[in-house]
Amino acid sequence: MSEILIKNGFVFDPLNNINGEKMDIFIKDGKIVDKVSSKAKVIDASNMVVMPGGVDIHSHIAGSKVNAGRILRPEDHVKDFEVKTKVTRSGVGYSVPSTFTTGYRYAKMGYTTVFEPATPPLKTRHTHEELRDIPIIDKGCFPLLGNNWFIMEYLKENKLEECAAYVSWLLNAIKGYAIKIVNPGGTEAWGWGKGISHLDEEVPYFNVTPKEIVRWLCKINNILNLPHPIHVHTNNLGKPGNYVTTIETMDAVKDLSKDGKVSIHVTHVQFNGFAGTSWLNLASGAPEIANYINKNTHVEIDIGQVTFSDTTTMTADGPFQYILYLLSREKWVNADVEAETGAGVVPFRYKKSNYVNAIQWGIGLELALLIKDPWKIHMTTDHPNGGPFTHYPKVIAWLMSRKAREKTLNKINKNAKRRLDLPGIDREYTLYEIAIITRAATAKSLGLKNKGHLGVGADADVAIYNLNYKSLDPSKDYKLIKKAFKQTAYTIKDGEIVAKNGEIVSSSKGKIYWVNSKVAEDIQKSMLNNLKMKFEEYYTVKMENYIINESYLHNSFMLNVQSEV
Amino acid sequence: MSGLILTLKKELKVPLDASIISPTNLVGKTIDEVKNLELWEGNKKVKINEIFHVEGENKEEDLTIKLVGDFSKARGLGFKMNGGKLIIDGNAGLRLGEKMSGGLIKVKGNAGSWVGSEMTGGTIEIERNAGDFIGAGYRGGRKGMKGGKIIVKGNCGVEAGAWMINGIIKVYGNAGIFPGIHMKGGTIFIKGNCEGRAGAEMKDGKIVILGFLPSVLPSFDIDDIKDSVKVEEEKISGPFYLFTGDLNEEGIGKLYVSINSNPQLKFWEEFLERVI
Repeated sequence: MSEILIKNGFVFDPLNNINGEKMDIFIKDGKIVDKVSSKAKVIDASNMVVMPGGVDIHSHIAGSKVNAGRILRPEDHVKDFEVKTKVTRSGVGYSVPSTFTTGYRYAKMGYTTVFEPATPPLKTRHTHEELRDIPIIDKGCFPLLGNNWFIMEYLKENKLEECAAYVSWLLNAIKGYAIKIVNPGGTEAWGWGKGISHLDEEVPYFNVTPKEIVRWLCKINNILNLPHPIHVHTNNLGKPGNYVTTIETMDAVKDLSKDGKVSIHVTHVQFNGFAGTSWLNLASGAPEIANYINKNTHVEIDIGQVTFSDTTTMTADGPFQYILYLLSREKWVNADVEAETGAGVVPFRYKKSNYVNAIQWGIGLELALLIKDPWKIHMTTDHPNGGPFTHYPKVIAWLMSRKAREKTLNKINKNAKRRLDLPGIDREYTLYEIAIITRAATAKSLGLKNKGHLGVGADADVAIYNLNYKSLDPSKDYKLIKKAFKQTAYTIKDGEIVAKNGEIVSSSKGKIYWVNSKVAEDIQKSMLNNLKMKFEEYYTVKMENYIINESYLHNSFMLNVQSEV
Repeated sequence: MSGLILTLKKELKVPLDASIISPTNLVGKTIDEVKNLELWEGNKKVKINEIFHVEGENKEEDLTIKLVGDFSKARGLGFKMNGGKLIIDGNAGLRLGEKMSGGLIKVKGNAGSWVGSEMTGGTIEIERNAGDFIGAGYRGGRKGMKGGKIIVKGNCGVEAGAWMINGIIKVYGNAGIFPGIHMKGGTIFIKGNCEGRAGAEMKDGKIVILGFLPSVLPSFDIDDIKDSVKVEEEKISGPFYLFTGDLNEEGIGKLYVSINSNPQLKFWEEFLERVI
């Protein structure tokens, strides 16, 4: 296989403590090595920034509700389309791009690994069909388990080991990667036409509370030794005053941190960081949340930044999407309620002049700027909920430049500007910190040992940005930063150049990551006997058809995990 | 006649993206330049010369283009035109006059669906029938025609004037189901019969139906009986039932339905008296 030598770039590799040093990177057979032969292809990266390939922890790119979004929004596709080239296929979509376009656009931005954070287990076959179509990037998916009937029944009967065995079986059966919890208990209540507004409120029929569900799954996550902590979208999302719920949810699993490790990943916290009592006096709850995270080590978050654009919101939080539909009177799809969860899709336009939208924009940035340790933060827009992933360069510019923030602050709703703390925050991210929140911390949190860094043995996923680090003043040159992060000079995936100056030059097949979790055979056996009976009763499909074979993923990467039971 | 004449050389078998053929786009171009313009025929790029005989002269500011042949497979004729005339001697395909802002399009035959979608001005006249969604927004979009006039001498399909904001649609034949769905303004006049569900979810605007309308949606309220109604400058004599709706959307749209053609709607008069 080919060899590549990336010469003289300014390398940012936070996991190996390399901060803008001028050095060479060697690639052989799809891996980073310590030397190459003289035949290697040389990429002159002088005056360029070299980073590991980007890793996105939370981006809705595939699955049934993403596709519902595509069907819902033909007017989103007509304004943004890509013509086919010799190596790429054509595609459409601004906020919900088609599968192939998703892969190309991520690769052009230097991202090489992306995780789909919400797949209903019953419909994961569909998710994998879309994931395997997405070219170039590596990916994986998190099954939704926060409203699963079996799990709530096990919890009611207090059968922890059997439940762990069930979760382990489920992850193997549908080839999932981590435990995703969306509005624990609330989405189930929604199925009964009800809602849940407090962590200690009981879920209808099951008589368990959201707090118990989160703690239960956190314990199971610990027992199974899964690579990523529980990935939680809290209750009360999108409701004024919900920052309290967010902090309570974080605090609920504080004692479950194993060896000081992170026990909970709270996702798109911008949407869960509202203070105030109504839409009229909505304020930012970011300072309180940041304060809690600064004091504790068991939490990490992704921000879910709003980028002011026309987009399509989609979550597995059916009741929240219904509220959003009532607020916006837009089109609405209520989906997946027949599966083990629920979901909704509503188009949405974030406007600078709108008070609520402007506050939301402020919350995301305040979170990122007030939380001191960048290793606890991941940069996302909760694509496409806060904005399409193609807007990441905008977010990077806002984080790196106070001036860029001020420019936008002058355009947003005046009342919102007055109520935000953001104008008083001086902090500006460095490129090193950007590398942390976009790849290093993310790969670490996902337990991807070969991603997010450029040490010997790592996957040769590299992004080279046309940015002269030495002569750059990020706080002034935010436009240059935006431009550079929009398209790489080179994106290398598995040791192959896939994108060059914003053009896809070669389209490869990315891998699908999944966790092969193992539990003791006797527990597994007794759990399965029990499960088979219930499966017949509850499901419309046979258990044999529910299980997805590894060969179905075409190009998969199995992560073996040994559990404690 | 002065202006350009484009005659089809062959029968169109696959869709032709004809959105470059509009007076606005071709004005000021020499015959040779016009002949060498490229357009998509199916998945192949072809030159105008390969599909059309081009003749005539192109000197005037107010260009007239005459198209001869069957254009039912040609899409987007007159796209974004803002002046001049486009005369189609035959049928026209989908999206005729999409986003046009001025000028005149005349079709001697039938036209496809989405005639005048998202148009803001100008006039489209169709001698025979038109397809579905005339004067509507783009599929899934929430903004229909904002101005201008669409005249259909024959029948039209479903959802005429969907999401319409302003302007006027006149249909002299019959209309399909859901005329004026989601409409926010403007006028729709239907001289013939309508299949039903007129004005569903309309917020504002005016729909006039002279022919038979099987029923009025229950989300409408009867307001009055009127002797006549004005459509543009023309006074149309009735008498008409005047309904307001769609109340589901808190709409204040007006739906005029001829009394003489619709004896089955007589029961509504009961509600009228009760209100008075």
